[in-house]
Amino acid sequence: MARALIHVPPSAKRGEVIEIKTLISHVMETGYRIGVTGQPIPRDIIEDFVCTYNGEEVFRAKLYPAIAANPFISFFTIATERGTIAFSWTDQHGATQVQTAAITVE
Amino acid sequence: MAGGGVFLRIATRPALATPETMQEAVRTAIGEATVKKGRVKLDLPPIVENGNSVPCTVAVESPMTATDHVKAIHIFNEKNPQPNVISIKLGPRAGRAAFTTRIRLADSQTVTAIAEMSDGSCWSDDVDVIVTLAACLEESLH
Repeated sequence: MARALIHVPPSAKRGEVIEIKTLISHVMETGYRIGVTGQPIPRDIIEDFVCTYNGEEVFRAKLYPAIAANPFISFFTIATERGTIAFSWTDQHGATQVQTAAITVE
Repeated sequence: MAGGGVFLRIATRPALATPETMQEAVRTAIGEATVKKGRVKLDLPPIVENGNSVPCTVAVESPMTATDHVKAIHIFNEKNPQPNVISIKLGPRAGRAAFTTRIRLADSQTVTAIAEMSDGSCWSDDVDVIVTLAACLEESLH
């Protein structure tokens, strides 16, 4: 599926606020553009983005067509414990892509 | 840039968001809560050369504790085809109530960010943006 880029600090101090940056390649077709045939180009967007930290949801976004192509989202979370930070993007057809990053917390 | 067909389509049905449809979208998102100005900082460039990708940052003043934190942040616009831009949910685990994304702007307009707090109060910030190349309605290049 689409290519996703994630930046999570590989290690952090316990309680530290860390910044997470994510980008996924996706056209985010709005459905409002007209193609060469004169027909509207069908809408095709990612609607949901969820970040979980060891299974617990820490950030969620609902995206609309006003989000630029190749959605970039950066946000913060507290490094609580060693483990896995998982990211999932779900498009309007229900297809989900999941990517994970490991973090070490001292 | 937009052809006559595009213009007609807009003219025959209310496809574009307006300040009124934006208010409806705001009410759908946050209910009947009163929105006060302040505590929210919406960061957008005042002049945008390309509305297809506009960096956009929202930061909210909040201690982000279990009892006092930001629950949700919404971004709305007045003149894109749809009034919603993005809605995020967060909580005390975020540590800092801020996020960055890239948005599309179809015209020069006012963009609004609204934060919902854990105590039920809502705070907002507006930014006027001038867009020289609009997004969303241009014809496909291929």
